[in-house]
Amino acid sequence: MTNLFNYIDRPSPIHRLTGATKFVCLMLWSFAAMSTYDTRMLIGLVIGSMILFKIGRIHIKDVSFMLGFTVVFLVINSVMIYIFSPHHGTEIYGTCTYLWGTSGRFAPTAEQLFYHLNYLLKYLATIPIVLLFVCTTNPSEFAASLNKVGIKYSVAYSVALALRYIPDIQKQYHEISQAGQARGIEMTKKASMVKRIKAASGILIPLILSSMDRIEIISNAMELRGFGKEKKRTWYMGRPFKAPDILAMIGCGLLILLSVFLTFINGGRYYNPFI
Amino acid sequence: MYLIRREAIPAFLAFIMDQELLLEFRDFGFQYNAQSKPTLYDINLKLHKGERILIAGPSGCGKSTLVHCINGLIPFSYRGEMSGSLQIKGKETRDLSLFDISHTVGTVLQDSDAQFVGMTVAEDIAFALENDCVGEPDLHNRVKDAADLVGIGDFLTHAPGELSGGQKQRVSVAGVLVDDVDILIFDEPLANLDPATGKQAIELIDEMQTKTGSSVIIVEHRLEDVLHKSVDRVVLMDNGRIVADKSADELLSEQMLAECGIREPLYITALKYSGVKITPNMHPSSLRSIDLSDSDRESVCSWYRSGNSTVPPKLGDKLLEVKDIKFAYSHGARNALDGVSVDIMRGEMTAIVGTNGAGKSTFSKVICGFETQNKGTILLDGHDISDLSIKERAERIGYVMQNPNQMISKIWIYDEVALGLRTRGVPEEEIEKRVEQALKICGLWKMRKWPISALSFGQKKRVTIAAILVLNPEIIILDEPTAGQDYRHYTEIMEFLSKLNAEGITVLMITHDMHLMLEYADRAIVFSDGRIIADDKSYNILTNEEIINKASLKETSLYDLALKCGIDDGTDFVRHFIDYERENERDREVLS
Repeated sequence: MTNLFNYIDRPSPIHRLTGATKFVCLMLWSFAAMSTYDTRMLIGLVIGSMILFKIGRIHIKDVSFMLGFTVVFLVINSVMIYIFSPHHGTEIYGTCTYLWGTSGRFAPTAEQLFYHLNYLLKYLATIPIVLLFVCTTNPSEFAASLNKVGIKYSVAYSVALALRYIPDIQKQYHEISQAGQARGIEMTKKASMVKRIKAASGILIPLILSSMDRIEIISNAMELRGFGKEKKRTWYMGRPFKAPDILAMIGCGLLILLSVFLTFINGGRYYNPFI
Repeated sequence: MYLIRREAIPAFLAFIMDQELLLEFRDFGFQYNAQSKPTLYDINLKLHKGERILIAGPSGCGKSTLVHCINGLIPFSYRGEMSGSLQIKGKETRDLSLFDISHTVGTVLQDSDAQFVGMTVAEDIAFALENDCVGEPDLHNRVKDAADLVGIGDFLTHAPGELSGGQKQRVSVAGVLVDDVDILIFDEPLANLDPATGKQAIELIDEMQTKTGSSVIIVEHRLEDVLHKSVDRVVLMDNGRIVADKSADELLSEQMLAECGIREPLYITALKYSGVKITPNMHPSSLRSIDLSDSDRESVCSWYRSGNSTVPPKLGDKLLEVKDIKFAYSHGARNALDGVSVDIMRGEMTAIVGTNGAGKSTFSKVICGFETQNKGTILLDGHDISDLSIKERAERIGYVMQNPNQMISKIWIYDEVALGLRTRGVPEEEIEKRVEQALKICGLWKMRKWPISALSFGQKKRVTIAAILVLNPEIIILDEPTAGQDYRHYTEIMEFLSKLNAEGITVLMITHDMHLMLEYADRAIVFSDGRIIADDKSYNILTNEEIINKASLKETSLYDLALKCGIDDGTDFVRHFIDYERENERDREVLS
């Protein structure tokens, strides 16, 4: 079963950073990558993210599922942009350079392709960092880090608990569906889609009921041990910031400054090589 | 000066006594907001420092509500009307908060799986401290100390899923002990544990009480298992009232337990059958301490000699043949079933026992077709069923899950029972006939127009059994048919299954309950590490020390009683007891 939060325990400098640091860096990095369309900076970020990926000792095969998913999404997204707005690039860069002697609404322009390149680079600069965060942050530290950046601890803990219960619920769904199949509720491909959806909803009722029981037990268990008593709480898995944490956050903060600076130099979010 | 000091002594003593009194109910009552009648009436109960008490009573007697009152869930999470007084360390609980109470009262809930809040053992133990804003290095040190105290210090970084049932419970205990509470409450600590682990759980509670000097409240209906270690008092509840609050020795000498639907220890039952009069002076609360006179022993022996061996039940032909099944959940994983071969005869009532993870559930899943074996064959009535789908097998082999809530998907009883027939396209007139029959067998006919939500847990269980029976299976497999049931419901369910069995349905029961195995199963199949390590009469298994240890079972006290009375063949004594009891049951049924 694929775990949503695929923490991989392989000691590396990135693993050693605190969850809060990684969360802050993820936010800063993504913001920097999302705010700029400066190709030079994007290329820098892509190379940077590849290097960090290597430092984090995460292999491509560890994240192949998520990566595949993003590639499909990226392709669909690009095709959609091209279909709905084939001259988006020319509007941005103000020139229109038809390639290979073609012309017309769907004819390729250098500006459009350049725009697509930038779009692709944005993804390449962000996705590895997100995956890196997911793979190098212990789920329990994740809750602690959310809390550290100012999110209420009850919310942070609910997120962590939900992540913890996903495998359990998957297992329970599996068991209930088997018992359902034994009673004749057809869930396999033999039944039509409509029938299968109807059957799945039949399984949902016992699943929800038994989950409600569990929620009552767990919330009692948490209250009995003082959850929600104080405005703050400490975290067993929380760690104090060390020098590398501070450096990492300063580094990512500088990226934001760079992005702002480039916007200022370029007179906009886009770096325009066509003028 | 001298006078003043002398006068101060009684006051000083009273002060000490007050300090000692941790918990006091005075004419206490409670009614939930959603209920029309109170759940608790006239509760008067005291708990002093260092005391251990056992609260026992049938389901619905109010013992869970009483526990909720003590740990503060009432009135802070469950709303209702309190009357009278409940003081913890001299303060009315209604003037405290749930969190104030949690520093004095620690609760270990029934299902240690469901109450795991941390991702790892260490975090779960740390939970209360985190909420209390305990900082480093205190946090780590106190977690380590608590973990060492319960003997789980080497597992701090493990995830809950990697632990055994007994280890999980140790984690829960550590998570409560870490807060230095004065009162420890254990809510049904034996539920979900195999017999040997349950025995260790009671030993752990005993050890923790001795080490920490705190008071312990155990809520459990399995009296014999709790009495493995001594308790100061047993508080017996029925219908929302405390009906007895006395020593176990006194209680076992009276009839009250049976009247409240609590099962007395088996050796006590055997002594009573033999005509021995139990008195508190005999110290009957433990077989180790019980003081039997020569004439008592003679009574037991003559009762044993009066028995005549009964005719073994007639069994039919081979119904299910399992041949050398091997199965692993994923490629390269350990074999969950490693060469299992067994024959099941038509008309058997058989128990499948063993520790969690020994392969019992996997075995039944493979038979039902939920999982497909990697190797081996399964024959039903001489025909290979490998090609049959789950749905097709279900018409011949019914499977009842442990938790009825996981099976029920309809609102009305009738629809739920009819579901399996409707999905098979059976005409409505025939459905009506077959549902009627199934409901009648299960004693649900009068309730056929009821919504399922109005039923008790035991009744829901019967609905799920009816929903399986309606397909007319030849074999019915039940996963823990009586888990979490008190003696009254246990007897009700088991008598019902015996009745089904008498009507010709083969019954296989996966169970941790040694009483069930002894009393209702003729044969027991013992699993350990994916293999069958024993397959014999239940009384032979439960008197075989080697198998008991290997499969984490628990010896029956009847065997020790026999040895204590000078009967050499303890196994045969157990057999005699079971035969005698079945005979009696039958007599009672004839009479009623």
